Amino acid sequence: MATLEFVARRLVWAVFVILGIIIVNFILLRLAPGDPAAIMAGQAGATDEQYIAQLRAQFGLDRPLHVQLYTYIFDVARLDLGFSARQQVPVADLIFQRMPATLLLTGVAFLFSLGVGILLGALASRRAGGWADSFITVLALAAYATPIYWLGLMLILLFSVWLGWLPAYGMATIGGGAGGLAYSLDVARHLLMPALTLGLFYMAVYARLTRASMLEVQDQDFVKTAKAKGLPDWRITRAHVLRNAVLPVISYAGFQAGHLVGGAVLVETVFGWPGIGRLAFDALLQRDYNLLLGVFLFTAIMVIVFNIITDIVYTLVDPRIEVGR
Amino acid sequence: MSHVTTRYFCKGVLGAAAAAALSLPAMAQDPVDGGTLNIIINPEPPILMLGINQQGPTQAVAGKIYQSLLTYSKELEPQPSIATDWEMSEDGLTYTFTLEEGVTWHDGEPFTAADVVFSYDDFLPETHPRWRNVHNRLASIEAPDDHTVVFTMEEPFPAFLMSFSVDNAPLIPKHIYEGTDYLDNEANQTPIGTGPFKFEEWNRGSYIHLVRNDDYWKDGLPHLDEIYFHVIPDAASRAAAVETGQVHMSRAEDIEFFDVPRLAGMPNLEMTTEGWEMYGPLGWLEFNTRVEPIDDVRFRKAVMHALDRDFIVENIFFGLGNPATGPINSATLFQDPDALVEYDYNLDRANELLDEMGLEPGDDGVRVSLRLLPLPYGETWDRLAEYTRQQLSEIGVDAEIEAADAGTWAERVADWDYDMTFNYLYQFGDPAIGVSRSYISDNIRRTLFTNTMGYENERVDELFNLAAGEVDPEKRQEYYSEVQQILTDELPVAWLIELGFPTIYDTRVHNAVTTAIGTNETYDDVWIEE
Repeated sequence: MATLEFVARRLVWAVFVILGIIIVNFILLRLAPGDPAAIMAGQAGATDEQYIAQLRAQFGLDRPLHVQLYTYIFDVARLDLGFSARQQVPVADLIFQRMPATLLLTGVAFLFSLGVGILLGALASRRAGGWADSFITVLALAAYATPIYWLGLMLILLFSVWLGWLPAYGMATIGGGAGGLAYSLDVARHLLMPALTLGLFYMAVYARLTRASMLEVQDQDFVKTAKAKGLPDWRITRAHVLRNAVLPVISYAGFQAGHLVGGAVLVETVFGWPGIGRLAFDALLQRDYNLLLGVFLFTAIMVIVFNIITDIVYTLVDPRIEVGR
Repeated sequence: MSHVTTRYFCKGVLGAAAAAALSLPAMAQDPVDGGTLNIIINPEPPILMLGINQQGPTQAVAGKIYQSLLTYSKELEPQPSIATDWEMSEDGLTYTFTLEEGVTWHDGEPFTAADVVFSYDDFLPETHPRWRNVHNRLASIEAPDDHTVVFTMEEPFPAFLMSFSVDNAPLIPKHIYEGTDYLDNEANQTPIGTGPFKFEEWNRGSYIHLVRNDDYWKDGLPHLDEIYFHVIPDAASRAAAVETGQVHMSRAEDIEFFDVPRLAGMPNLEMTTEGWEMYGPLGWLEFNTRVEPIDDVRFRKAVMHALDRDFIVENIFFGLGNPATGPINSATLFQDPDALVEYDYNLDRANELLDEMGLEPGDDGVRVSLRLLPLPYGETWDRLAEYTRQQLSEIGVDAEIEAADAGTWAERVADWDYDMTFNYLYQFGDPAIGVSRSYISDNIRRTLFTNTMGYENERVDELFNLAAGEVDPEKRQEYYSEVQQILTDELPVAWLIELGFPTIYDTRVHNAVTTAIGTNETYDDVWIEE
């Protein structure tokens, strides 16, 4: 019951947060110089006043700003995200077209980073200062410090250009026409490098968090008690240390999960992955207001949802925590 | 000179026979039917309806779907496309086009002269700024029968025959658009043309798929079964895609110029800068001539002397292009190298000119500080801005680089909110179409690609005006020669480079670039070795 009440209260709050997000984003976007009409005219290489005026009217940019904002909020309330000015396609269609690609990429990277990160962190903490610990620490530091786009480019250079093992870009072989298992394998081959590139950074974060947190827990009395009881090492690590040490990891994972739907602009760009991040980035450069607002709104909702889920997961992992006030 | 005049003496009928003779088959091999062509497309076009959007990538994709009355050889001679013959009347006021018979739209409807009249008299004047310019000079467009169209001009405008490349004058299906809101028509998402390839699918963010039009009006063509345009947003990944053979072809600025020599040197790849003659892209440093001390012509001359155009072409553009010497690209009609005032690379001369102006350096050696906007189109243009800043510092001019994204740049230049910026413009074959717009005082507007510099000279206005309406090619040349002399003396902009955009393609691909519109061509004669 307490959980339901908590969720209900958070959802009510969410409506106000989202309204605020819409208004702030709307105003921020309009502060940037240039509008989609000017940009399209610029890219067309030739233009005149009539063309720009025509585009502005078509995109609804000729109305007063407050009317545009009011109209937008009203439309959103009716679950209508409007049309992309540039592509003349409903914003919701564009977002949902790109959603699966982003979820696949970030989801795989998320699971990889969480799984491998916690495993490495746990291994490292078992013999702090030993060679395994040093190796893992250096690896994590390197993965954390390497710029994501650079790593991506180096992987492409190695595995696509030199070795020719993996495709350099895209989500599936274009015109491949395969279905079923062949298609899944094809996507997996395309997914490997981007997911690894994206996952390595978060893996490093989880490894370091887990290690630090576990070292702290290891010295606590209940661990000594468990040792005194004669429990085997692996059981102490898994059931006693890790379970108590994993809370900060969950906080961070919740934070990362919220960003999953926002996509990964750099990785999606380097690997030509057709996801949400690139959609948003292109929309920004093209001042495609409706599309960008739509992506922001969608992402904001997801962050809120994942925050609520994270809070509930806390209570499952650690029964001492209660959701509420 | 001489080739220009002969070209214009054979006005009127320049039919299929002459065209065929010009484009002798270079390959001894017989074309192979079938196969898939993979081309990079970047940035992803917004829509593919060529009557509404004319961005470079849109043209390259939609050029396979839509067609125009004419196309152009690399020497800018009109060639037949949907029109088989064309004739200009003696007084230069009437043009009569004969249309190909048996042409159908992709949805099976027959194509007739009514479609031509609709496209050029109704649709494009609404939606296409460049066609609007041509349309303003027309008194009427009529279709005496289903296969003849007659254009009547208000006044002679000999550049008219240069206005029919597919990007400028695509033919639009009347039966789909008549009586609708053109910009808001759902059919814009599923383009219907007469071209050799039909729109099949657009997976946004990934690819655009075109398939063979089996009912194409040229028998036995196209050779290819299908074309995929691959959307690859990152420049390094685009280079890798070409290098690994995942795509057959890159075009325009797909590959950063520093990667071009490397790719061009690979044994399985071919590179050409041909196929841009119709556009004649000319890059320059644009002055806001309202700003002190840029308003003084001596300052502009000093800048011209301070920039080494050979260095720019060789080291910043990696040899892709030629140093620009004046307002008309050497690929465009009526360029006259003998009329130009020349500026050698000479820092001493530049400093002298500034001293002469009384522009004394301060204690820090700086005479004046000015804002410089780089063109937001990739690394090459950033390097050019850095080089320019470096060179100007040699003559005591502090150029402060204000980097901006495309939207900000477009707005600031349109608003005249800059001191100096880089830009490049297409010339569209004839100075009356693509050159005069930058220098005539009528066209000083708060809009991109106009005379944003604010340059005014009555004689220049007069000469461009006379030349545009002059039917005698020799007189036209005289007017254009004089205008080139004045402009190179007064420097409304500092011309830097005739850009040579590379088309890089797999050696197994044939006929990738055959005309003045290069990769915007229909590709009905392109084929791939097995």
